[in-house]
Amino acid sequence: MNQDNLILDVKDLKMYFPVVRGLLRRKVADVKAVDGVTFKLMRDETLGLVGESGCGKTTIGRCIIGLYRATGGQILFEDEDITSMSEKKLREVRRNIALIFQDPYSSLDPRQSAGGIVGEPLKIHNMALNKGEYKDRVEQLLRIVGLDPSMVDRFPHEFSGGQRQRIGVARALACDPSLIICDEPISALDVSIQAQIINLLEELQDSVKGLSYLFIAHDLSVVRHISDRVAVMYLGHIMEICKSRVLYENPLHPYTRALLSAIPIADPFVEETRERIILKGEVPSPLNPPPGCPFHPRCFMAIPECSQAVPPLRTISDGHEVACIRA
Amino acid sequence: MPDKIATGIVENGMAETAPRVSEWRRFRRVFLSRGLVFFGMVVILVFIFVAITAQWIAPYDPYKPDYTAILQNPSSSHWLGTDAIGRDTLSRIIYGTRTSLVIGLIVVFFACTIGITLGTIAGFFGGWIYIIIMRFIDALMSFPMILLALVIAALLGGGMKNVIISLSIALMPGYARLMCGQVLSVKQNDYILAERSMGASNLRMMLRHVVPNCISPIIVQITMMLGATILAEAGLSFLGIGITPPTAAWGSMVSDAREYLMVMPILSFAPGMALMLVVFAFNMVGDGLRDALDPRLRGIL
Amino acid sequence: MAEILKVNNLITQFKTESGIVKAVNDVSYYINEQEIIGLVGESGCGKSVSQLSVMQLINAPGKITGGEIIFEGQNLLKYKQHSPEMRSIRGARIAMIFQEPMTSLNPVLTIGQQLTEMLVLHLKMSNEDARKRAIQLMGMVGIPAAEGRIDDYPHNFSGGMRQRVMIAMGLSCDPRILIADEPTTALDVTTQAQLLEMMKDMVQRFRASLVIVTHNLGVVARYAERIYIMYAGRIVESGTTKDIFSKPRHPYTMGLLKCIPRLDEEEGRKLVPIEGLPPNLINMPTTCAFLPRCSWKIERCYKDPWPELTPVNDNHFIRCYADTKEKKSEPG
Repeated sequence: MNQDNLILDVKDLKMYFPVVRGLLRRKVADVKAVDGVTFKLMRDETLGLVGESGCGKTTIGRCIIGLYRATGGQILFEDEDITSMSEKKLREVRRNIALIFQDPYSSLDPRQSAGGIVGEPLKIHNMALNKGEYKDRVEQLLRIVGLDPSMVDRFPHEFSGGQRQRIGVARALACDPSLIICDEPISALDVSIQAQIINLLEELQDSVKGLSYLFIAHDLSVVRHISDRVAVMYLGHIMEICKSRVLYENPLHPYTRALLSAIPIADPFVEETRERIILKGEVPSPLNPPPGCPFHPRCFMAIPECSQAVPPLRTISDGHEVACIRA
Repeated sequence: MPDKIATGIVENGMAETAPRVSEWRRFRRVFLSRGLVFFGMVVILVFIFVAITAQWIAPYDPYKPDYTAILQNPSSSHWLGTDAIGRDTLSRIIYGTRTSLVIGLIVVFFACTIGITLGTIAGFFGGWIYIIIMRFIDALMSFPMILLALVIAALLGGGMKNVIISLSIALMPGYARLMCGQVLSVKQNDYILAERSMGASNLRMMLRHVVPNCISPIIVQITMMLGATILAEAGLSFLGIGITPPTAAWGSMVSDAREYLMVMPILSFAPGMALMLVVFAFNMVGDGLRDALDPRLRGIL
Repeated sequence: MAEILKVNNLITQFKTESGIVKAVNDVSYYINEQEIIGLVGESGCGKSVSQLSVMQLINAPGKITGGEIIFEGQNLLKYKQHSPEMRSIRGARIAMIFQEPMTSLNPVLTIGQQLTEMLVLHLKMSNEDARKRAIQLMGMVGIPAAEGRIDDYPHNFSGGMRQRVMIAMGLSCDPRILIADEPTTALDVTTQAQLLEMMKDMVQRFRASLVIVTHNLGVVARYAERIYIMYAGRIVESGTTKDIFSKPRHPYTMGLLKCIPRLDEEEGRKLVPIEGLPPNLINMPTTCAFLPRCSWKIERCYKDPWPELTPVNDNHFIRCYADTKEKKSEPG
């Protein structure tokens, strides 16, 4: 990979949330939400981060934008380490990283007009020189995401879910960021609306040079569709990371295989012939993760060695890494 | 301004939208749809009008004794009779309206300004700041409101200024508690997280996004509390540590008329009625406001 | 196979201040014994309301205003909502599982109390027998160490486990039909797969029929034998699963299939979204409600009322005037 094109380099990221008890707020344990995650993101690339609830995917997104201070490791965004940045510097960097949220209802201030929401980042970073420029930019942003600029004075409750999500996308674009973290941006939307937002995000990436996405979602088929590469997470660890085309054709990690088989394909003929892996039990609590490979208690391929040590990500072929000793 | 984004992106045919919903129209419809709320609103407006125009509409001077007309029954010259030193009850009630409303408004203004500020800071920053502020508020709240006001008023002595101070202190914790709870819940919303992720400062988040979204229940509380404040002031005045004579106040009027309760019930009954009517009206309006401002009902009603 | 439930021309309306919402508008479907059918549509299309209507769980301002629901030969709409006849059917002969496993269990009662309640009430079991049966049911739906967990409260259970409890409750009185309303939408992907697989096994074991109400086309492709596609309160296409997925004939169904990403899709596939928004159910036009979003529309669509369900072959029906078979690719 060409290092010049590297936009985000996450090295051994750890995020532990302390569990405190009692009046003196004594720390009794750690929730290891993210436990040693390493990945790279290139310019113009989309990396999908997929996993079930509690696997730490959202936490990673929030660490990257500095909403959480990482417990350990490094996050190099355009060669600057976010984990050790001052609050003031961080506020400036946030101009270049934007976040799109899952819930189009709670992510927009109900008392702000569509125009106000979209123009908010411009105001925060003083990016519009005068009123006229500000107004033009807001209208342009609304047009880009496919909203009629005449709706600039309307309030969020006057829009449908899909349109609200478009406002969220416009807000994310306001400062011309080089990285957009999409945290489950479509899972709250109706099926027929989801495709509209996916296409919007794809078109934006095609037309904007140097825009990268970190696409966080639980639905593997959506992630695979939009991403160039996919990282599969489980209990704070990356289990497998590879090109999205390879993911379906040649999954190596047993968890990836189980996840793939759990997602039904809308085609009864294909469904008849598919492998079905039904996992045992449930995801363990990140408060008390199993020793060794976090997946081994539910794994259908586990051998005694799996509980010895956390398997590191190892490269199988170009761009295909997997954290499993049996793969 | 850098502009990496080309304008010519395919428009996705999203022009159709639901018709505009006027927030204000919905508010008015819900608010005024209930008869009692409307009645309360009318009562409050009448009292406000009376308070403003007291010196023109009061038939007599409320402070000038008239020893020729002591303890008179209601008649065409004195509609609600006269008290023990011949002052016209109706005029005193009219001037008392002014006292009650002014005290109510000033107290609520101070109490809610301080309360909202403390509550917002505690809720927004959390941690030790929250603990210190809210424990202090808890300590204040562990006294019954009227008792707290009573103690402070007794320490400071009577008079308009001291009544305002004591009632403000007594009422403030309620606002702080309510605001803090509101802030804690509004803070959970993704739009606050979005603000932070955009690089907004704490002050901007607090003033432009958190506070405006917390304000509806505060407005309801202010309305309801106006009634309660007026009642509390009357209570203090009744006990003799509130408004000092000869200023006309409903509480002290009831108190003064106590001795004549058997012979001249109208003397205590009339200011009591005025008090009840005002408190009831504020509660009704507060209730109506709650329905009209409830965000859960938005888009339904 | 015999029909166990037949719904004819069901209409359910909600009265709101801004007008009457026809949530379910002239819906007819049937389900055979031991069959799994899927009811597919987006939010607000009436799929859940139609099922709540079958259970007579529609409360004011909603009202079932027309149609008949024939279950085992008797029209359920003859019975009042709270009549003893309806109560003996609801929950016992026809059971329903809801989407939210967090709120559908009573937090102040133990799992055991809630499970045995049904058994004592409907099957007149003794408390001891009911408890035994409850433990047995919990084991069947895959709750490990059921005996030790029966006295736990709902908050001790994870979302997936609660949904298992709900399924156990649904099955407790040996129902003929189990209606699962988005049973796994709130759960994680691998838990979804576990539960759906288990549910399928369970209805087979109990010789019951299963209605899966969902927006997920993949789920019905995997489990359902027949599918009904709903849009704006009406069924727009119905047929066997294989027919609907291989030869969809209604523009809405075709649109849905083109707009969802598939795991096995080729690289570079473009999604074709259905433009626009679903209609407002108040003031619906008399013409086809999908018309504004349809890319197959013909002149007739603007003039004539919403078409009737017409057969395209045995068992495959669509509500559409356009001849969607002629052209293979998307027109224009």
